[in-house]
Amino acid sequence: MHFFTEFGQYLLMLKGMFSKPENGKMYWKEFMHQCSEIGIGSLGIVVIISIFMGAVSTLQTAYQLVSPLIPLSTIAQIVRDTVILEFSPTLVCIVLAGVVGSKIASELGNMRVSEQIDALEIMGINTKTYLILPKLLASIVVIPMLVVISAVLGIWGGRLAGTMTGILSGAAFDKGLHQYFKPYNVFFALAKAYTFAFIISSIPAFYGYYVRGGALEIGRASTRSVVVSCVLVLFADYLLSALLL
Amino acid sequence: MIEVKNIKKGFGEKIVINDVSAVFETGKCNLIIGTSGSGKTVLMKCLVGLFEPDSGEIFYNGQSFSEMTEEHRKELRQRIGMLFQGSALFDSMTVEQNVMFPLDMFTKDTYAVKLKRVNEVLDRVNLKDANKKFPAEISGGMKKRVGIARAIVLNPKYLFCDEPNSGLDPQTSLLIDKLIKEITTEYNITTVVNTHDMNSVMEIGDNIIYMYQGLKEWEGSNKEIIFSKNKLLNEFIFASEFLQDAKDMRMLEMKGKIDNNRNMDELLK
Ligand SMILES: Nc1ncnc2c1ncn2[C@@H]1O[C@H](COP(=O)(O)OP(=O)(O)O)[C@@H](O)[C@H]1O
Ligand SMILES: [Mg+2]
Repeated sequence: MHFFTEFGQYLLMLKGMFSKPENGKMYWKEFMHQCSEIGIGSLGIVVIISIFMGAVSTLQTAYQLVSPLIPLSTIAQIVRDTVILEFSPTLVCIVLAGVVGSKIASELGNMRVSEQIDALEIMGINTKTYLILPKLLASIVVIPMLVVISAVLGIWGGRLAGTMTGILSGAAFDKGLHQYFKPYNVFFALAKAYTFAFIISSIPAFYGYYVRGGALEIGRASTRSVVVSCVLVLFADYLLSALLL
Repeated sequence: MIEVKNIKKGFGEKIVINDVSAVFETGKCNLIIGTSGSGKTVLMKCLVGLFEPDSGEIFYNGQSFSEMTEEHRKELRQRIGMLFQGSALFDSMTVEQNVMFPLDMFTKDTYAVKLKRVNEVLDRVNLKDANKKFPAEISGGMKKRVGIARAIVLNPKYLFCDEPNSGLDPQTSLLIDKLIKEITTEYNITTVVNTHDMNSVMEIGDNIIYMYQGLKEWEGSNKEIIFSKNKLLNEFIFASEFLQDAKDMRMLEMKGKIDNNRNMDELLK
C-alpha cells in the first residue's frame, strides 16, 4: 500500500516537472551548473574506477584462459566486450548512484527542511521545474558521456595492464580489439546509461524533495535513495539485458 | 486586504486550524499570536497557499484564492513577500545574489539596474558591507534582514513574516519590528506577522488575533489587549509576574491614578 502511494507521488512529481519556465535564462544557467556539478564533480572517481576495472578484467581473463589453443588477442576481445556491455554502464552508474544520488537527495532535502523550497514557491516559481528538471536533464546528458569516457579508459587500462605484466603485446591487444566488434554493443551500453541516468537522478530527487523533519531525516532520505536507486539499476540492468540482447 | 473565512486545516486526525475567520488590513501590521504549536505557521502557510486548507476561503482584495488557477496564483505570488522563521536564505548564494534572485527571475533589467535596486533594499534594512558574504557567515539578525530585503525587493503588496524575531536579542528584535512597521506604512502593504514576542505585540500590533489550540480565541489591537478580560490571553501575554505588575501599573496610569513618574516616589515610600 505504502509502495503504491509513494510510486504515485513519484509519478506526480515527474508530471509536475513539466511547466513553462518563468525565465528561460535562469533555468539554462541552473542546467549548466548541474551539468558541471554532476559531470566534473564525479569525473575523478569515474577515471579511477574505469582504469582499474579494465586492468583487473585483463588480468582475470588471462588467468582464466589457460588453454594454449586460444590466441592471446581473445583476451582483448573479452575485455572490450565486458567493459562495454557491463562494467562501464552498470558499475559506473552504481558508483554514481552513491556520488550523484546522495548529493541530489541531501541538497534538496536541506532546501526542503530549511524552507528554501517554500521560499522559491512563494516567489511564484515552480520548484519541481526549477530544482528537479535541470538535475534530471543534466544527469541524462552527462552520465552517458561519463559512461563513454569510462569505456575508453577501461579498455585503455586493460591494455596497459596487459602490456605491463607481459601477458600480451600491445599489438596483440589492438588486434583483439578489432575482432568481431559489434557496434550494437555500444548502442546497448548507451541504452543502459540513459536508463540508469534517469533512475539515479529521479529517485534521489524524489526522496530529497519530499523530506520532512530535520537533519536526521535528510541523512535517512539520502541513504534510502542510494539503496533504492542501486537496486533499481540492477533490476533495470537485468530487464534490458533480457529485452535487448 | 486579506480576508479569511472559516479556514480549517488538519494533518491526519489532528486538527491544527479550527474554523478561523479574520481580516488582515492594508497598511497595518496584522499579528497572529499564540504559543509554540498553536498553529500560527500552518495558518500563515494556508494564507499563501503552501498548505491547501481542508475547507474555508481566502480572499485577496476580494478575489477568492482557492478558485484561482495555478497561473493566476503564480502571478499573485510575485506580489507576495515572505520572511521565513529560519530566514530560508539560499545557502549557495551570497547575500547580494539572494536578494537579486527574484529580480533575476522576474525582471529583464540589466545587471546595473538590478544591483542598484539590491543596494537600495539592503540599505533600507540597514545592511551594508555584507553583499559578498554567504548566509553561513552572518548573524541571525542579519539573516532576518536579508530575508526581509529579499521579500521586499519586488515591491510586494503583501508581506508575511513568520516569527521575525525568534532567536534574536530584545534589542535586535525591536529593530526588526520597527523595520517591518515602517515598511508597512511606507509602501502601504498588507503585513501579517506571526509572533509570540511580547515586545512586538505592544510595539507593532495594530491588529491582533490570538490563536489557542487551533481556535481564534481573541482579536483586537495592542491598545485593547491591556484591558482584555480573556483569561487565556492574559496568561499568555502577561506570563511573568513582572509583566503582570507592569500591566497593573499601566492600567492605574490610564485611569489617572498614577501620573507619569510624578507619583512614583510616593508609591515607593
Ligand atoms: N507538515 C505537517 N504535518 C503534520 N503536522 C504538522 C505539520 N506542520 C505542522 N504540524 C503540526 O501543527 C501544529 C502547529 O504547528 P505550527 O503552526 O508550526 O505552530 P506554531 O504556532 O509554533 O507556528 C503542531 O502541533 C505541528 O506538529
Ligand atoms: Mg511557527
